[in-house]
Amino acid sequence: MKRRLLTGNGAAAWAARLAGVDYVPAFPITPQTEIIESLANWIDRGEMPGRLVTLESEHSMLTAAGAAAATGVRVFSATSSQGLLYAMEMLYTVSGWRAPFVLVNVSRGLSSPITLEPDHNDILAARDSGFLQIHCATCQEVLDSVLLAYRLGEDNRVRLPVLVNMDGFYLSFTREPVEVPEAEAVAAFLPSFQAGEIRFRASAPESQAVAVLGGGPYSYFRYETHLAARIAIQVYDELADVFEQSFGRRHAAVECYRCEDADYLFVMIGSFATKARAAVDSLREAGWSIGLLRPRLFRPFPEAQVRRLLAGRRAVAVIDQNLSFGAGGVLYAELAAALYGEKAAPPVLASFVGGLGGRDIPPEEFYEIARLIRDAAERGETPPPRLLYTEAELRETRKLQAIAKVERAGLGAKS
Amino acid sequence: MTVLTSQAAMTAGDAGHPLDPELREGRIPHIWCPGCGIGSVMQAFLEAVDTFQLERNRLAVVSGIGCTGRVAGYLKADSFHTTHGRPIPFATGLKLARPELHVNVLSGDGDLAAIGGNHLIHAARRNIDLNVVCINNFNYGMTGGQVGPTTPLGAKTTTSPFGCHEHPFNLVDLVASCGAVYVARWLSMDVRRLRRSIEESFSKTGFTFIEVLAPCPVNFGRRNQLDEAAQGRMLVERSEIRNGADTREVAIPDEGPIVCGKFVDHERPSYLQLLEGLRARLQEHST
Ligand code: SF4
Repeated sequence: MKRRLLTGNGAAAWAARLAGVDYVPAFPITPQTEIIESLANWIDRGEMPGRLVTLESEHSMLTAAGAAAATGVRVFSATSSQGLLYAMEMLYTVSGWRAPFVLVNVSRGLSSPITLEPDHNDILAARDSGFLQIHCATCQEVLDSVLLAYRLGEDNRVRLPVLVNMDGFYLSFTREPVEVPEAEAVAAFLPSFQAGEIRFRASAPESQAVAVLGGGPYSYFRYETHLAARIAIQVYDELADVFEQSFGRRHAAVECYRCEDADYLFVMIGSFATKARAAVDSLREAGWSIGLLRPRLFRPFPEAQVRRLLAGRRAVAVIDQNLSFGAGGVLYAELAAALYGEKAAPPVLASFVGGLGGRDIPPEEFYEIARLIRDAAERGETPPPRLLYTEAELRETRKLQAIAKVERAGLGAKS
Repeated sequence: MTVLTSQAAMTAGDAGHPLDPELREGRIPHIWCPGCGIGSVMQAFLEAVDTFQLERNRLAVVSGIGCTGRVAGYLKADSFHTTHGRPIPFATGLKLARPELHVNVLSGDGDLAAIGGNHLIHAARRNIDLNVVCINNFNYGMTGGQVGPTTPLGAKTTTSPFGCHEHPFNLVDLVASCGAVYVARWLSMDVRRLRRSIEESFSKTGFTFIEVLAPCPVNFGRRNQLDEAAQGRMLVERSEIRNGADTREVAIPDEGPIVCGKFVDHERPSYLQLLEGLRARLQEHST
């Protein structure tokens, strides 16, 4: 085992290298590009077997990935943001092929307006695509999750592609010490892909495809995919044990930090959860009974574990780094659904939206959230959803709008 | 003395560049690298707008993602910075909804010919009334220099560190074969001819396409022993003007002359003209 100082992108590339991938279709997009650059370098140098091709878009990249996986080889690819959205048609399509591979997404806010910094609307847009989703908070987790993702997706009971998510900039470009396991240890944990029936043989077709199915068979295949994704919860838990035995690191489907006795909980996904973690430590020092719940597995959604871990708390704050326009935070809605009808459900489940487009969530805001949910629990009523945003930010935005107005006037516009 | 000199320098600086009023000051300084060819293309474009006396309230500039994509943000014009590959569909929507506008697309080779390649060929086929300036820097510059559809065989990029093993597009031939009415190729350094060519393209009706070869010293040049001014010098030394050359014969070769010039300049009914014609015929029938 070697310790290296790796960015999240570097960790993803190392994981693909260690997984011994056969094929990497690629297309550059900030902040992901370093992943495919690293792989291109190793492959062209002959340090890594496999083939890499830069396609003309993410759409063709995903198509090529699915097709290659359907022939029974191990495939890796990476994208981000608009790229993931551009590939979306194929995400839904290839998951139906039941050919497993791993796609790393480096989260970045979506257009419009345009940004380079992270939030989770990109990855959550793929929520219903049939890809499983693992969300990472550290560079180490990125490396480990890619290895886990191959075993998970390739498991005979699952056979689905897996998205591994990390936040742009915060993980993609930030170096952290990462334990890079030895190739032999990885080979023992992750043997070469046993494709089984997933094997493309032109001379011996496995099935006869029909162009269009009626609702009966269509529902059957769609539900099969759903059931496979559901089984993946149990498979993931088994694999987390095997992974821990192999590498000494545990990556539970749902991480619970200083939760055991906590009356109050923050719930977050991704790297911003490390900010919540630091806030939990400070609040604990100040005498608070508070913890952090961080689902790593988002599809399938491990609602039984979430339900169990949330039971009996006085109040819970869900901090969504995404926004479903007209509805609110996506994670909040999932938790609320999971808790419905649960006797021991926390009486207060409050929704906060923050960190959009990489906007920071400073410690003071976590303290304020903690105070808000504590007071809410005392009053026995849930506060309305809230955007984490300051007056200073509003003033700054107004200033930009004023400049734009002057510019518009300069261009001869009427108003 | 010293004070005077610096004051003189300041006054000269204050007078600024004659094209300063055409730019959005708030967006300057620009992000382009020293030695990049994009700035001079933007200047040539602005000068062409001036000499052609294009009315500002009819001018629209659309660009995609990439280094060239930034042009739309810098110009004091009605402009739009679209998603990757989509400036042509955006411009098409604009032109069809508001035919009185003069719609220009300024974008890069990666944007127009890779992820947006399908739009490029179909817009040329339809002969839709757009003026396209495609700045070819031979790689994806914005993301740090990856192999793209115009990267020459053997050229080094971050995703082809030991040399590109794909054939590049001959963009002018691609677009000419699809039916554009005006096709030219210039160097970004040849600002005079470039400006005239852009002006000329403004007077055409239908789809026009100007490929501008631009040095990218920081991402492409540096990895190909062509850093600083070397790539620009190489382009100038190897360029040869052959107006009217057969576009099939002007693929950019590994060695020898890089042919520039105006290759196509003919008439063919444009999309809007055909549409108007159809409407007129239908109206005749119905009355
Ligand atoms: S990367 Fe190349 S094309 Fe982009 S701004 Fe720099 S020199 Fe110009």
